[in-house]
Amino acid sequence: MTIRVSEAEHAQSFQKAALPLLEDAQLRKNVRHATDVIQSKRGIVVGGTPDWQDLRTAGSAIKAHTLRYLDQYLLQFEKACTAAGGQVHWAGDADDANRIIVGLVQQYGGTEVIKIKTMTSEEIGLNEALDHAGIRAHETDLAEVIVQLGGDKSSHIVAPAVHKNRSQVRQIFRERMNLPDLGDDPEELTAAARHYLREKFLRVKVGVSGANFLVAETGSVCIVESEGNGRMCLTLPNVLISIAGIEKIIPRFEDMEVFLQLLPRSATGERMNPYNSLWTGVRNGDGPQHFHVVLLDNGRTGILADPESRQTLQCIRCGACLNTCPVYRQTGGHAYGSSYSGPIGAIVTPQLLQMRQAQSLPFASTLCGACYEVCPVKINIPEVLIHLRGRVVREQKSALDPEALAMKTAAAIFTSRTRFEAAQRLGRIAQWPMVSHGWMRNLPGLLGNWTRVRDLRELPKQTFREWWKARAKTGSMPGPSTPLRAARKLAQDVNDHA
Amino acid sequence: MRVSLFITCYNDTLFPATGQAVVHLIERLGHTVEFPLEQTCCGQMHYNTGYQQEAIPLMRRFVDIFRDAEAVCIPSSSCVAMIRDHYPKMAAESSDPGLTRAVDELLPRIYELTELLVHCFGLEDVGAYFPHRVTYHASCHSQRSLHLGDLPLRLLRNVRGIDLVDLPNIDRCCGFGGTFAIKMGDISAAMLAEKMKDVENTGAEVVTAVDTSCLMHIFGGLHRARAGVRMAHIAEILAPTESDVGEGAWA
Repeated sequence: MTIRVSEAEHAQSFQKAALPLLEDAQLRKNVRHATDVIQSKRGIVVGGTPDWQDLRTAGSAIKAHTLRYLDQYLLQFEKACTAAGGQVHWAGDADDANRIIVGLVQQYGGTEVIKIKTMTSEEIGLNEALDHAGIRAHETDLAEVIVQLGGDKSSHIVAPAVHKNRSQVRQIFRERMNLPDLGDDPEELTAAARHYLREKFLRVKVGVSGANFLVAETGSVCIVESEGNGRMCLTLPNVLISIAGIEKIIPRFEDMEVFLQLLPRSATGERMNPYNSLWTGVRNGDGPQHFHVVLLDNGRTGILADPESRQTLQCIRCGACLNTCPVYRQTGGHAYGSSYSGPIGAIVTPQLLQMRQAQSLPFASTLCGACYEVCPVKINIPEVLIHLRGRVVREQKSALDPEALAMKTAAAIFTSRTRFEAAQRLGRIAQWPMVSHGWMRNLPGLLGNWTRVRDLRELPKQTFREWWKARAKTGSMPGPSTPLRAARKLAQDVNDHA
Repeated sequence: MRVSLFITCYNDTLFPATGQAVVHLIERLGHTVEFPLEQTCCGQMHYNTGYQQEAIPLMRRFVDIFRDAEAVCIPSSSCVAMIRDHYPKMAAESSDPGLTRAVDELLPRIYELTELLVHCFGLEDVGAYFPHRVTYHASCHSQRSLHLGDLPLRLLRNVRGIDLVDLPNIDRCCGFGGTFAIKMGDISAAMLAEKMKDVENTGAEVVTAVDTSCLMHIFGGLHRARAGVRMAHIAEILAPTESDVGEGAWA
């Protein structure tokens, strides 16, 4: 089975991939600015939603329930969608999905497709597969257009071009749209994109979309977006192919009530998305006359099988965890080597890859918990990160790995008071060659990563426990004390000390 | 009250002044401090780095040592978070009903230092005197695991002589993250740079927190930059009174 999470297969470790990004002052400024703006908008609309915490609880409960009965809801969706004139395809992995979609496009005689932004298509490398079959894919989401024309990769699951500012966008449009005089005024840029896209909307006969929600009860598919370009792709082509991970199912139409409040507030800081499209099968003479849904597993059932981390599949891809993450803030999305970046990417990507690749991602977090706090479906990302770290250590690390040896040694020290106290004394002796004027500035080995940017004070002459023992010996240890007695003792201590 | 102190392994080894201040503070408020010498580490570093098996015996030790304590005071929110958030699950996975019961019974008696002062002793003014310009960093575990809210700030506002300055982006992680600071050193450094800028912009001479570990990281960077800002665990600010001859006089 081939699993492709964009470039993750070939990706280097997170810390290495981050290095050139940390050097890119323009990118870092762009990412800081964009995430600050989205976060502050989110803060305002969430603050104006008094039942926000109840909505989160409901969203989490609906998703957890759906995952519990996922097999039943998927079959219910297939039945309802088919009854409404749609056709459902099941894809075990990325190759399956690509083969199905390429086959469908060819079946309808298409040589081009227009695409709504879909992270799932990036996960499976659909554009490359289409290209390989001689089919041109045109992205139509403005940010995806920027990324595609720039030969770039998306760096954010909601705002793929978050790392670019408008003068960089202008440069890409100037070169790729052949508009040498294009200005960097946002209206001018969007007008250029509009002109570029309109022609494609009117000409291309096959549309490809993802899905925000699949409603089991009715067989409906839902897409929310900001630009209306998605609405064009959903209504103008003769053929519509929607690809969705199997976790996108929700049971009932009325469950949308919860998610259509959670998603726009979390994703873009809006109370409602400007465009909310919902369609059910095919309607004669109105919109696409051929509708296909490709349901994708691609490692998801493996995640579902792990009770500790199956909450990962509750994700509605809002990106709020990216915007609040202090790690993402420094690097942007490219360091994650996957179409899914940020905290959610750090748990989704290695699991989709069955923990065989992208093993550094669960460690790309300080476990600060900001992601969990904003998650609209209450995925406890830090808890899943810790669980996945455990899997990496248990399944991948050799017992002779220097880190593993250091950890085992530390564990042996901490399980015995005698060994702990001996280690404290030993540390004090062993540090002397590295101490200068009371500070350590250049430690060897792994600890060198600490002193590259931080000083460390030398180990004190007396540990706390040595101070405590000495204090008990000199009899200054107070018994059951009153404030007065404590004050007297203290005065005595101070005198003794002086 | 008889308070059992879990000082934490890194305070014991690297920052004895924090523990000395905690002892002085609790005693001058009229309570007794015990320090069980068998204690070592709560297991947080192992657990969070993926060495969860190695953390289990450390949990058992902790529970055995403190099971009879009236109250356990821990001057470190991340160690309290380790115990509150993870011990119940670890105990449940051990399939040892005795251990699960012992953890359940012990948890309500575990207090982070500012929780002990406010929730247990009922104090927001501990009669402290600290005549310095101070800024407070809200560590991640103190906010998002312990939900301390403004508890530490309420205590600090009542300190005599203090010039307390708000830290911009107070809720943003400083980039320490335990072994993250080592494993992802460059990213940690980038996060630290932002935190240092915020601290320096306050003009404070002292940066404080309820976790010495975050302070070791923030101050480590500030010291490298020769920024002229020092660190003090919140206990070191709440312990001294006007009648003390100077900070650390109790040591």
